[in-house]
Amino acid sequence: MQGFLTLQEGQSFKGQASGQWQKPVEGEVVFFTGMTGYQEVLTDPSYKGQIVVFTYPLIGNYGINEDDSESGSPQVGGVVMMHCAEEAYHYQATSSLKDYLTKWNVPFLTEVDTREVTKSIRSEGTCQAVMAHESIQPSDTKTVGQIYLASKSQVTTHGKGKQHIAVIDFGYKESIVDQLVERGVSVSVVPFTHAQKVHELQPDGVVLSNGPGDPKDATKHLSEIKGVLEQFPTLGICFGHQVIALAYGADTKKLAFGHRGANHPVKDVQTGRVFITSQNHNYVVDDESVANTVLEVSFSHVNDGSVEGLMHPSKPILSAQFHPEANPGPEDALWLFDEFFTSVNSKKGVQIYA
Amino acid sequence: MPKKVLVIGSGPIVIGQAAEFDYSGTQGCLALKEEGHEVILVNNNPATIMTDNEIADHVYCEPLTVQSVEAIIKKEKPDAVLAGLGGQTGLNLAVEMNKHDLFTKYNLELLGTSVASIQQGEDRELFRELMDELKQPVPESEVIASVEEALKFTEHYGYPVISRPAYTLGGRGGGIVDNEEELKELIANGLKASPIGQVIIEKSIAGFKEVEYEVMRDANGTCISVCNMENFDPVGVHTGDSIVVAPSQTLTDQEYQMLRTAAFTIISALDVVGGCNVQFALDPYSKKYYVIEVNPRVSRSSALASKATGYPIAKMATKLALGFTLDELINPLTGTTYASFEPALDYVVVKFPRWPFDKFSHADRKLGTKMKATGEVMAIDRTLEGAFQKAVASLDQTIPELAGSLEEHITKPTDLRYFAIVELLKKGTSVKEIHDKTAIDLFFLQVVANIVQMEKTLQSHELDLKLMKTAKIHGFTDQKIAALKGIDEAEVKKLRTQYGVTPSYKMVDTCAAEFEAATNYVYTTYAGINEIEPLPTNKKALIIGSGPIRIGQGVEFDYSAVKAIQSLQKLGWTTVMINNNPETVSTDYTTADRLYFDPINKEVIESIVEHEGIDLVFTQFGGQTAINIAEELAEADIPLAGVSVDTIEQLEDREQFYSVLQSIDVPHIPGEMCHTMREALEAAESYQYPLLCRPSYVIGGQGMVKVENEEQLKAALEQTDARHYPIVLDQFMTGSEAEVDLAADGKNVFIPEIMEHVEPAGVHSGDSMALFPSQSLSSAVKAKIKEYAQKIVQKVNYQGLMNIQFLIAEDTVYVLEVNPRASRTVPIISKVSDVSLIDLAVKVLVKDQVSSLKDIAQPLIQKAAVKYPLFSSHALPELDHKLGANMLSTGEGMCLADTADEAMAKVFEHLPNLYENEHACLIESTRFVKGQSSDVKFTEWLELKEAKVYMNDGNKEEDSLKRIQALKAGVTVFTQATTFNAYVDSLAYDPYQPTPLPGSKEKECV
Repeated sequence: MQGFLTLQEGQSFKGQASGQWQKPVEGEVVFFTGMTGYQEVLTDPSYKGQIVVFTYPLIGNYGINEDDSESGSPQVGGVVMMHCAEEAYHYQATSSLKDYLTKWNVPFLTEVDTREVTKSIRSEGTCQAVMAHESIQPSDTKTVGQIYLASKSQVTTHGKGKQHIAVIDFGYKESIVDQLVERGVSVSVVPFTHAQKVHELQPDGVVLSNGPGDPKDATKHLSEIKGVLEQFPTLGICFGHQVIALAYGADTKKLAFGHRGANHPVKDVQTGRVFITSQNHNYVVDDESVANTVLEVSFSHVNDGSVEGLMHPSKPILSAQFHPEANPGPEDALWLFDEFFTSVNSKKGVQIYA
Repeated sequence: MPKKVLVIGSGPIVIGQAAEFDYSGTQGCLALKEEGHEVILVNNNPATIMTDNEIADHVYCEPLTVQSVEAIIKKEKPDAVLAGLGGQTGLNLAVEMNKHDLFTKYNLELLGTSVASIQQGEDRELFRELMDELKQPVPESEVIASVEEALKFTEHYGYPVISRPAYTLGGRGGGIVDNEEELKELIANGLKASPIGQVIIEKSIAGFKEVEYEVMRDANGTCISVCNMENFDPVGVHTGDSIVVAPSQTLTDQEYQMLRTAAFTIISALDVVGGCNVQFALDPYSKKYYVIEVNPRVSRSSALASKATGYPIAKMATKLALGFTLDELINPLTGTTYASFEPALDYVVVKFPRWPFDKFSHADRKLGTKMKATGEVMAIDRTLEGAFQKAVASLDQTIPELAGSLEEHITKPTDLRYFAIVELLKKGTSVKEIHDKTAIDLFFLQVVANIVQMEKTLQSHELDLKLMKTAKIHGFTDQKIAALKGIDEAEVKKLRTQYGVTPSYKMVDTCAAEFEAATNYVYTTYAGINEIEPLPTNKKALIIGSGPIRIGQGVEFDYSAVKAIQSLQKLGWTTVMINNNPETVSTDYTTADRLYFDPINKEVIESIVEHEGIDLVFTQFGGQTAINIAEELAEADIPLAGVSVDTIEQLEDREQFYSVLQSIDVPHIPGEMCHTMREALEAAESYQYPLLCRPSYVIGGQGMVKVENEEQLKAALEQTDARHYPIVLDQFMTGSEAEVDLAADGKNVFIPEIMEHVEPAGVHSGDSMALFPSQSLSSAVKAKIKEYAQKIVQKVNYQGLMNIQFLIAEDTVYVLEVNPRASRTVPIISKVSDVSLIDLAVKVLVKDQVSSLKDIAQPLIQKAAVKYPLFSSHALPELDHKLGANMLSTGEGMCLADTADEAMAKVFEHLPNLYENEHACLIESTRFVKGQSSDVKFTEWLELKEAKVYMNDGNKEEDSLKRIQALKAGVTVFTQATTFNAYVDSLAYDPYQPTPLPGSKEKECV
C-alpha cells in the first residue's frame, strides 16, 4: 500500500506504507544520519512523537535486541526509511526491525529516497510533516510540551551504592542512568514536575536529563530547578543543559535543522581538544545571551561554533549539549561523567571539612 | 617557515603495494606544496602520477635504499622527511634510515608518526607489550626466531596457527597451517622473509568477523574515525584478498563504538600523527574482540576509505604531519564543515579484489593470510545487492568455469568463493548450510541469495515495470537481464526506457546530505531520484579508465588517463572521468571536473554520455579495457576520439594487420591467423617449430606461449578459451627487440626516441628490461624503425598514441605488433625525454589548431634510463618466474643516470657484488654468462647464508623446480643470460649519483 510523507512546505515523498494506518501521523520531522544506532534512536524519549527519517539506506541490519533500548518502548511517532530489514541474524537480536515496529504499531514508510527528504529538511529547516496514504498537508499546530509525555510520573530508583544521584527527568535515556549505576551509585529518577523532591532526597549530585522539544516548555519549573542547581553538584545533558542556561537567565533559540547524528566534533574551549559526539537537538543556547549571565561557555561546536556546554565559575555545575552517554554514537565524551563525579566528590569533601 | 621535504614513495607495484600509494603520495605532495613547501620525491616507480614534475619539485627515480637516499640527502639537503605515504616500503626505509642515524647526522625532522611509534606498531613484540599495557586483547601469540619455538607453541595451543613474519609487506611469507609438516616449511620461509628474522606465531581466530577502522589523529590528540569497514570473508583471508563492505553492516552501535573506542585508545598510546589503520577480529557470538594489526601510515585500506567516504585521508594526514589540527582544516568536499566532522554515508560500498589467476592458471588459488590480489574494484550503490553486482561487473573478467567441487572453493577459500556461493545457492543449497561451512555472516549470504532469487524471478516472470525496477535496483545490467530473458540487450533498454526506469546519479558528499556540498563525485543508482545536473555546457570529454590493476594493465594507464584529463582541461575542455579502481589518482574527485565511480560498460557509459551530453569519448588512455569497449560504443553511435574502430581492427586483427604491412613493404614475422584448433594444427605444418601461439583480445600476453612441437601446440590450444579465437601462429624468431611510442596526426609522426630491450625476442615486453634511449642500435636500424612507424601511421591515417614493437634479426627490422593506444612505456618516455606524449596526442585528438606535430623539436635526451620489471614472487612462490611470452611482472621500476651503465648499476644496487663473496651467486646455465659461480651444489648452496643470487635459464622441469625453490628461499633469480650479464657488468659502476628527472625545477643540478 502506498504512503506519503508530506512536509509543511508541500514536498511530498512517496513510499510503501507499513500497513493500513487508522489516521495520518503528524509530527515534527527530523533526520538521523548515523549508520548504526536505530534501536537507540527509536527508543530515545527525546524523539517523542517525532517522525524520524533515517538517511542511511539500510536500516535494521542487526535487528532489535533486549539490551540497547533507551526506554521500554519506541518513542517516535513514525519512521521513514529506504529499506527496513525483515530478518535479523545478529546473535543478540530477538526480533527484526520490521516485526518490532509492527508489534508496537509504529507507522513506517519504506522505499523512500531518504537522502532527498534530508535535503528538503536541510533547506527548509525542521518542520511539521505528516505520514498518510495520500499526500495531505500537515496541520499548522506545533506540538508542544512533549516533556510531559516523555517523562515518568513517579520517582524510580536504580542501582546500589554509597553515593546517591538524583536524575531530574525530562524524558531520560536509560544509558544516562546506566552510566551512573556503572559508577557504583544509587540513582533516583525524579520527574521534573517534582523537582523540589530532590531536596528531600539530599543526593550527592544531580543530573538534568535529556528530553524532547523546546526547553521553554519547562519555563514554569525553572525557579524550582534553579533551587536545586544552587544546592547540588549538577550535570546537565542536552535538554537539561538548556534548562540550566534558562534557569540562569540565558536564552535558547531554534536551529535551522538541528544537530543529529553520531559525528559532531566539539571543542573543549579551555584545552582546545576536539572530540566527536552524539547529538540530537533542535534548540540551542544562544551564545550572545550567555554573556549576560554568570555562566561560561565550556564547549563549542567545531562546524557552526554554537554553544555545546556551559559551566558555572564558582558552583559545581557542568552541562553539555551533546550526549556524553553515547548510545547511539561515539563514547569519546564518557569522561564528562568522571568529571561530574570529581565535582561530586570534592563537594562532599568541602562538606566534611567545612 | 617553508621547508624542503623529502617524500619517500613506495616504489614499483608488487602484490600488497599497488597504485594506492600513487594516490596517497600524489595527495601528500600536493598538500605539502599547498602549504608552500618544496618537495623532493624519491620513488623508482616511473609509471605514477606522483613522479611527475607537476606533482613534486624534484623527482628522483633512484633505488629506495639507505645509501641511495643518503646520496640524495647530501645533494638536496632537505629539512624534513615524509615517509608515511610510501607504504610498507617507505616505513621500513624510515626505520632503516634511523638505524643508520641519518636523521641526526643530517639534522632531518621526520614528519608525522615517529620512528619509535612506527616500531611499536610494526614490531610484533613491542606491539604486543603495548596492547597488554592498554588492556587491548590480542590473540595468543609468541614472537619466535626458530622452527623449534614454533613447534613448542603448537604443542601448547594446538592448530591451526597463523604465521606473520615481522616487517613484511602484504603478509609476505606468512600463512595459516593446521599440521606440523606445513608449519615447519612455513616458519622456515617466514624467518627468511622477515628482515629481522622474526615471526609471530598466533593462535588462529579464523571465523571471527574482521572489521577495520581508518582513523586519524592530530598532534593535539584529537581522534576521528573516517570509516569503518567489514569484511565479507571472516578472519582467515587477508583483508587485501577479502570482499569488503563499508560501512560495517552487521555490527550493533554498541559493537561499532566499542571497536572505535579501542582504535582511539591504541592510536593515542602510539602517539600517531596522521592516518592509521586498525584491524579487529570480533566474535560473532559475543562482544569479545581481538586487535589483529595496526598500520601507522596510510594504506590500501585508507585509499579505499577515502574513496568510500570522499574524505581525503592522505591529504589530511600530510597536513596533520605538518602540525595542523583536525578542527582547523576544512573538509574540502563540503567546503563548510571541518576535517574533524566524521563522515556519514548514505550508500554502501563494496570492494572486490582482482586476482591474477586468469593469467596464472597454475598458481595456487587458495586464499589465506598472504595477499594475492594485484588490484581491486569498488562499487557504490544504495542497496548491497546493487553494490555487489556492480563490483563484479567492474572486475572486467570472465568468471571461469568452477572446476572441481563447489564446496572446496568455499571451505578452503579461493578467489572463486563468491561465485561458488552463487552457484551453490542456485543449486538450492541453503544460506544456513553455507554459513555453517564458511562462517560468512548470514546477513551477507542473504544478500547473495537475494541476487540469486532475483535471477530466478527474472527467468520466470514477465518483465513488467515493477520487476524491471526491482531488478535494476538489485544491480542487474541490461545485458544480464537480456541473457536471463533470452532477448536482446537493446530490447531490454527499449522496454526500460518505455517504463521510465532510468538511472539516477547521486553524490558522495561525506555528510549524508546534512550539509550542502560542492562535490563532483558521483555514482549511478536506480534506487532514488537524480540529483546531478549535467555540467554547464562546454566541450565535454569523457575519459574511460582502465579499471583494476592487474598484470599487464597497471598504474601506467592511470597515469595516461590523468595526464589526458589535465591536457584536455588546459585546452578548455570540461572533463568527466569514469573508473572503478579506488586505488588511483584518476578516481580522486579533484582530478577531473566530474568523477563517475561506476563499472566500465556500454550501458553505464551510454547513460553518462546521454546525461551529460558528452562531445567526445576517449578510449586511448584506459589500456586494453577502454580499447575493448570502443567497438560497442561506436555501434551505439557514441562519438569516439581518434581513429575509427575499423582502423583499430586493422591494427589488432592479425590478418588485416599483416596485409596492411605487406601493402607498405614493411616486413613482419611469418604467421597466420587461425579460427579453430583444427586450422591451427593444419597451419602449423607449413612452419618450422618453434612457433609463438598468441590468442586475441588479451592483456599482457595472457595465454601467449612459445611451442616447440606439435604436442605442445595441442596442449596450448586445448587451454585456450573459445573467446580468445582467432589465435595467431607466428614463426618464432630469435633477435633483439625494440619499441617506440609515438604521437601521430595521420601524416606526421613524433617519436621522442627508441627503446631497446635487454632480453632477446620471446620475452614479453612488459617483462623485459629496457634501455631508453637505445644504446646499441645502428643508425640504419633506427632509421628503419622510424620509417616503418611513419609508413604504418600514414597508411591507416592514424591519430593519437601508438606503440610499435620491433624485432631486429640480422639487420632486418620486423614489425611485431602495434598497440593503438597509450602503452605501458608512455610515462617513462615522456618523463625521460621531458615531452608529454599524452599532451601531444590529446591536441591531435581534439583537433587543436594551434600546434602541429610537425613543429615539435626532437628532444635532446641527456640522460639514460633503464626500465626493469618487478615480480611478485613473494605472493606467488609456487610459480616459475622464467621469462617468456606470457607477462608475469606486476610492476616496473626505472633508474636514471648520466650513462646507461650507471643507471644499470642503480637497478642492481640492492644485490651483492658476486666477486666479493664466492658463494653469493650460483650459476647453472649452458650459455655463456659472465661473473663467477659458487662451486657448491644447489641444495647445499641454498642453505648458505651468503646465497643471494641464482642464475638458471634452463628449460627442464628440474630447472623450473630449482628456480621456485630459490625464490621461496628469498634468493634473487635470473632466468635470462642477457639480464644476468647486465647485472655483472653493472658491478663496475657507481650507483650513488642521484640524477633528477629532466624538467625538475632546479635546472642547475642537471
